[in-house]
Amino acid sequence: MEVRENTISILVNNRPDVLARIAGTFSGRGFNIESISANITRNPEVTRIIITTLGSKETVIKLEKQLTKLIDVLDVKDLTRANAACREMVLVRMKLSDENQVKIMQTVDTLKWKVINMDADACILEVTGGKKEIDDALALLEKMGMDDFTRTGVVAVERK
Amino acid sequence: MKLTGAQVLFDALQQENVDTIFGFPGGAVLDIFDELYRRKIRNILVRHEQGAIHAADGYARVSGKVGVCLVTSGPGATNTVTGIANAFMDSIPVVVLTGQVATSLIGGDAFQEVDITGITRPCTKHNFLVRKISDMGRTVREAFEIARSGRPGPVLIDIPKDVTRATIEETDVSYESSLNNNHRSVSIAEDCVKALDMIRQARRPLVISGGGVLLGRASDKLRTFVKKLNVPITSTLMGLGAFPASDPRWLGMPGMHGTYYANMAISNCDLLIALGVRFDDRVTSRLDAFAPHAKVLHIDIDPASIDKFVKSHLSIASDCKPVLALLNEWMDDKDFSIPDEQTKAWIEQIDKWKKFAPLTYCQADRIKPQFVVETLFRLTKGEAIISTEVGQNQMWAAQFYHFDYPNSFISSGGLGTMGYGFPAAIGAQVARPDKVVVDIAGDGSIQMNIQELATAVNYGLPVKIVILNNGFLGMVRQWQELFYGKRYSHSDIANVPDFVKLAEAYGAVGLRATRPGEVETTLKKGLETPKTVIMDFHVEPEEGVYPMVSPGAAITDMVLNKIT
Repeated sequence: MEVRENTISILVNNRPDVLARIAGTFSGRGFNIESISANITRNPEVTRIIITTLGSKETVIKLEKQLTKLIDVLDVKDLTRANAACREMVLVRMKLSDENQVKIMQTVDTLKWKVINMDADACILEVTGGKKEIDDALALLEKMGMDDFTRTGVVAVERK
Repeated sequence: MKLTGAQVLFDALQQENVDTIFGFPGGAVLDIFDELYRRKIRNILVRHEQGAIHAADGYARVSGKVGVCLVTSGPGATNTVTGIANAFMDSIPVVVLTGQVATSLIGGDAFQEVDITGITRPCTKHNFLVRKISDMGRTVREAFEIARSGRPGPVLIDIPKDVTRATIEETDVSYESSLNNNHRSVSIAEDCVKALDMIRQARRPLVISGGGVLLGRASDKLRTFVKKLNVPITSTLMGLGAFPASDPRWLGMPGMHGTYYANMAISNCDLLIALGVRFDDRVTSRLDAFAPHAKVLHIDIDPASIDKFVKSHLSIASDCKPVLALLNEWMDDKDFSIPDEQTKAWIEQIDKWKKFAPLTYCQADRIKPQFVVETLFRLTKGEAIISTEVGQNQMWAAQFYHFDYPNSFISSGGLGTMGYGFPAAIGAQVARPDKVVVDIAGDGSIQMNIQELATAVNYGLPVKIVILNNGFLGMVRQWQELFYGKRYSHSDIANVPDFVKLAEAYGAVGLRATRPGEVETTLKKGLETPKTVIMDFHVEPEEGVYPMVSPGAAITDMVLNKIT
C-alpha cells in the first residue's frame, strides 16, 4: 500500500456549492487537497476540477467511488498513471540586487522562463512546466534571492 | 393565474403523492404553513423538530414511501441534523424541507439564519437552496428522485421566506427534473452465471442479508432464493425480518452481540453470499479474521460499499431484487440445487453450534429484560412493528423478538441514535394505523424525545412504549463493567422520573410492573388499551447483553455470559 501523489480529474455540473461538496468529500474521507485547479470546459455548464492528493492506489479507488456517488459529479478519472499532459505555473517575485540580477537573467534566458514585471529592486518571473520542473525552479530561485511565490494547481489534458 | 412559492411547493408535493408530512412551524415557514392550512395534506404536528425527522424516517421505513418533514430556519433546521445523519447512515429516503431567511439576508447572520446546506452537506445525499421561485417545482421533483433512487438517502431543500411569498404565472411552473441520470446500466446476466457457479461448488454456503434487501423490497425474492438453495441465513440488524426468524434455516443476527452460531457460521463458511450489506464494524469486528475461509459474493446497489472493507471474489453492483429474480428464474429453469450430500456435514455442524450456545438468560427475582421482550413477542404473535431506542434495549429487542415480516423492525443501526425509537414509532403508526406498534426503550433513551407523548396523544396514535427500566445507561454501564473496572462514570441515571405519572401528565396511559409475575398482565393490559401507553418495567439493573465480542476481537472470540 505505497503512498504516492495522485492527480484526479473530476467533471462536475457548474453549480455554486459543488466545489464545497467535492472538498468536503476529500476532507471527510481523510484526504488532503495538496493542490486544486478548477475552471469551465468547452461546455460552460460543466466545470473541470483537478486535485492532487496523497494516498495509496487502493485508498484512491475508494475515494473515486465516493466522488462518483455525488449527484453533481459527471465523471472521475485518475490521471496519475494515465497518458496525460500535466502542467503547473508559478509566479515568483525576486529581490533584485547588483549581485544577483545578472545571474537571475541568465537563468531566465537559459531555462526560457518569462519576466512579466520589472522594477528597480524587484522582478516577477513566470515559470510553466511539469511538477518536477516547478519544484526544481523554486529550489533554484530560493538560493537566488526569492521574495515570495504563488503556485497554481495542475491542469491536465489526456493525450488521445 | 399567479401562484405563490408555497403553492408551487404543495402542488409539487401532491405530484409526488405525498399525503402526510411531519412538521413544526416557525417564522421562516409562516407562508408555507398558511398554505398548508388550506390543503388536504396531513401534517403531524410534533413537539421537537428531531421528532419530525425521526417520524418521517420511521414512516419511510414502514411504508416504502419517501418521508417528508417540514421545519423552520435556524434552530428548527439544526434540530433535524441528528435525524438527517441518522437517515443518511441507514440509507432512508426522506426529504427535509427547511425554511430559510429571505434571499437578500442570506450570509448576513440574520435572525434564525444558519447555513443548513453547509451544515448538512456531509450527511445528506444531496441538498438544494431554492434561490428563485422558478426553481421550486423542479427542485422538489429532483429531491424526491434523488431520495428514492439507487441507494436511498436524505435530501434537504432550503426554502427562503421571500421565495415562498414570490409569485409565478401558473403556466411558467415546471416540475421537470434536470438530473443527468448518470445511470450506469448494469448488465447482471454474466455475473449471475458466475455466481451460480460459485454457489454450485459450495460445501459450506451461508447467506448474509442486510438493510439493502428491505430497502429494495426484495424480501419475497430472498425467501425463494434461500429456500431453493436450502442454505442457512443470517441477517444484520438492519435486515431483520426480510427472512422469517421462525424458519429452521435462520441463524439470528451476527456480530458484536450476535448469536454464537451465526458468528461461527460466518467464520467457517466457504461461500458468503452477501446481499444488501455494507459490512459495518459491528458485524465484522476484526477484519482480518472475518470469514477467513470464504469466497465472498457481494451484491449491493452501492459500488462504494463493495470492496470497502471486505474483499469480494465476485461482486455485482446492483439492486439485489433483479439479481435474486434472475438467479431464482435460472435455478427454476435448470432445476438447480446444491446436492444434499454436499452440504450435509455443514448443516449438521451448524445444528451442533445452535445446541451448544442458544441465546439464553436466567430468570430471577427481578424482572429480566429479555423476558419482557420474549413475552411481548408471544403476546403480539410476532406481528407487531417494533421500534427500538439504542443500547441494551435495542440488542435485546433484536435478539428476543423474532421477526417474520419485512419492514417491521425500525432501529437506528448506523448512527445509533438514542431518542430515535419513539418518534419513529409514531411515524410507523401513522403509516400503518392497522398495526400494533411498540417502541422498546431504555429509561435513558426514552427521555430524549419524551415530549412526543403530546404528539401521539394528540392524534390518538396507540403507540406502546415498553421501557426496560434499569436506572442506567445500560450499554455504557456494561462496557464500564467489562473494560473499565466497573467505574460507572455517569452511566447511573437512577433519578428516573415516575413514568406512569409522566404518561398521565401527557394524557397517555401509564402502567408499571416491578415483579416477574406482573410482566404478562401488564403487557396484555397495555396492548389491549387503544391509547398511547407507557409500560414501565423495573428490570434487573446490571443485566448484560450476551454474547459479546470485545472491540477489535475476532467474531469467534465471544463472551457467552456474564463472568461472575
